[in-house]
Amino acid sequence: MQLTGAQALIRSLEQEGVDTIFGLPGGAILPVYDPLLDSSIRHILVRHEQGAGHMAEGYALATGRPGVAMVTSGPGATNIVTPIGNAHMDSTPLVVITGQVATASIGTDAFQECDITGITMGITKHNFLVQSAQEIPRAVAAAFHLATTGRPGPVLIDVPKDVTQSMMDWWYPASVEEYDLPGYRPEVELDQEAVDRAVALITESERPVLYVGGGTLKSRAAQELLAFAERTGMPVVTTLMARGAFPDSHEQHLGMPGMHGMYTAVTAIQKSDLLISLGARFDDRVTGKVPTFAAGAKVIHVDIDRAEFNKVRQADVAIQSNVAAVLTAFDAARATPRNLDVWWKTINDWRDQYPLVYDEPTAEGPLRPQHVIEAIAAKAAPGTIVAAGVGQHQMWASQHWKFEEPGTWINSGGAGTMGFGVPAAIGAKVGRPDRTVWCIDGDGCFQMTAQELTTARSEGIPIKVAILNNAYLGMVRQWQEMFYEERYSEVYLSADLPDYVKWAEAMGCVGLRARTLKEMHEVIDEANTINDVPVVIDFRTDASEKVFPMVAAGASNDDIIVHPLQRGARQ
Amino acid sequence: MSPPEPYLGEVSRTPVRHHILSVLVENKAGVLARIAGLFARRGFNIYSLAVAPAESHARFSRVTIVVDAESAPLEQIVGQLDKLVNVVAISDLSPRDAVERELLLATLPLDDGHRSAMLDTITKAGASIVDVSSTSVTVMLAGTPGACDELERALEDFAEVELHRTGRVALPRLG
Repeated sequence: MQLTGAQALIRSLEQEGVDTIFGLPGGAILPVYDPLLDSSIRHILVRHEQGAGHMAEGYALATGRPGVAMVTSGPGATNIVTPIGNAHMDSTPLVVITGQVATASIGTDAFQECDITGITMGITKHNFLVQSAQEIPRAVAAAFHLATTGRPGPVLIDVPKDVTQSMMDWWYPASVEEYDLPGYRPEVELDQEAVDRAVALITESERPVLYVGGGTLKSRAAQELLAFAERTGMPVVTTLMARGAFPDSHEQHLGMPGMHGMYTAVTAIQKSDLLISLGARFDDRVTGKVPTFAAGAKVIHVDIDRAEFNKVRQADVAIQSNVAAVLTAFDAARATPRNLDVWWKTINDWRDQYPLVYDEPTAEGPLRPQHVIEAIAAKAAPGTIVAAGVGQHQMWASQHWKFEEPGTWINSGGAGTMGFGVPAAIGAKVGRPDRTVWCIDGDGCFQMTAQELTTARSEGIPIKVAILNNAYLGMVRQWQEMFYEERYSEVYLSADLPDYVKWAEAMGCVGLRARTLKEMHEVIDEANTINDVPVVIDFRTDASEKVFPMVAAGASNDDIIVHPLQRGARQ
Repeated sequence: MSPPEPYLGEVSRTPVRHHILSVLVENKAGVLARIAGLFARRGFNIYSLAVAPAESHARFSRVTIVVDAESAPLEQIVGQLDKLVNVVAISDLSPRDAVERELLLATLPLDDGHRSAMLDTITKAGASIVDVSSTSVTVMLAGTPGACDELERALEDFAEVELHRTGRVALPRLG
């Protein structure tokens, strides 16, 4: 059967089970948009290509399936570079298709030409410049294979216009062998000797901590984790990338570690004698000053990517594997630590002494951002998905929302991409239309990508956005207050400019505002009754609120700064 | 205050810890850029690099990279390199377990005053003359990196020498 390259591209995406493409057409990708009309694949027309990328990420994080975005060459391609970089940092499976100028024009500075494979070389797992229409099926099949296996990540396929316009004989690779990836070995055999050594370390341990990272979610190991944790009685911490991998309601869960982690999670790691890292990468936001991080702990490092071993912290035992397989092997060996009663007594004392606290809300406002999040959570349906931008609101959302299952927390971890929240929430809602999706956003973040609410309205994607509007770039303001002698430089945004309610209404959404406690409860209730269009709520919050606990950048986790309300108790 | 000298990087002919990575890669467009880009963004130093088609000519190339293992742990370099999809196999050859060779070409002016000293240097090094004109001569040495170092040092005594080295290639020592 003869097809155009464009038809073959769409058909290949269908072969991979793609149900949604987030994209925006343009000159070089035009041929591909024509057969899209005849396809069952849903296309979401974004207002900016960055939105397409973040939507694809939100879709992937909520569903566990790869997100797909399609844009044109040149500026279309460069506009999606940020989401690609973001997905690379967070190991999110993404397939991004970019149009390219015709083969003969490549290298001539043609209109809307840019070297997008060169630009994204360092921020993709791999990328392809497709040279002929006949090669399209192989490139697509290989891209999905690469994006979703091993350590997942973004893969870019750059397709010149003449390639999509020329004819090919339809075929599709029947197996991995036909993908032509001789250098790609995503899985290695489990090293039983390393597992045995790890089991020996576990058996000796008296103060173990399960340090759970995003890789646990990527390898769909939540069930294995729960079983292992419950059998061994070990305390669990979940990093920003792993929220939802272990239920927050579980007694053994100490919460999130790191710069804005729970006091108990941070301190338990510091005092542990064995750290079992499951798909985590010892990020600087978790370790603080590396030489003093869990200085007395032995380390078992489980990761699918061997380049993570000994990159930041020397491992006593490194096991290259997906997390699920290792936990199964630990259980098969009945790996059990010593009696943990004393350890739990210590941990529970920390919990009692340093719970998560914030200042009492006042009836007339301004609102406490932490309280707003808790109020939304209290009225949210079980299984609600939460997306966030980046900054104070993101940390508060991670701290104060209770995540109970995988795929319910959508955020930008490694890259820290402001503006991630709104489009990621849209993508998550597309992937999980059965779920309520809240975006907890900041006023700074919202202004970066809010135009995608027009997309959401026109495509019928009813997300709910809570802007914690403190009129500042809040996290930067916090640092300037704490570390730059309150010299506020370029952080003020104004609470009233733009008018978020009018802006929401202009985009066809419902816009609401809350300044007092009474209004806060009313608008949340009202938002919960609206299920046909997006809702945006402008919550006026206290600009002086800071995220605590906090470990200052470069400081030791031992020097964690607790909330002012708790400081007397500490001395 | 005078402006600071421009930073030219660590200039050292013989750093302490060299490692040779013999890397089999797919012979595809941009593969070298992927390797170079990886080294640049991870802050790994390349001391020398040689590329040529490998055994099965069309499909694979062999890249011999001499890395400065002081710039990053070798385990990191190999681990990151292995993640490049186009990298098929990596052998890590420590210099003492490898046979290494390198090619040096040098064009020297035929200066009457130094003619015999020059010829003496060339002969001693075991280099051969591969091109001659009325005013200059081009010599070649294929040898160990050490031998090339020695000849290069010896030629520093003469003015206006143009010298090129290929960077080394290597194979594991037999037994």
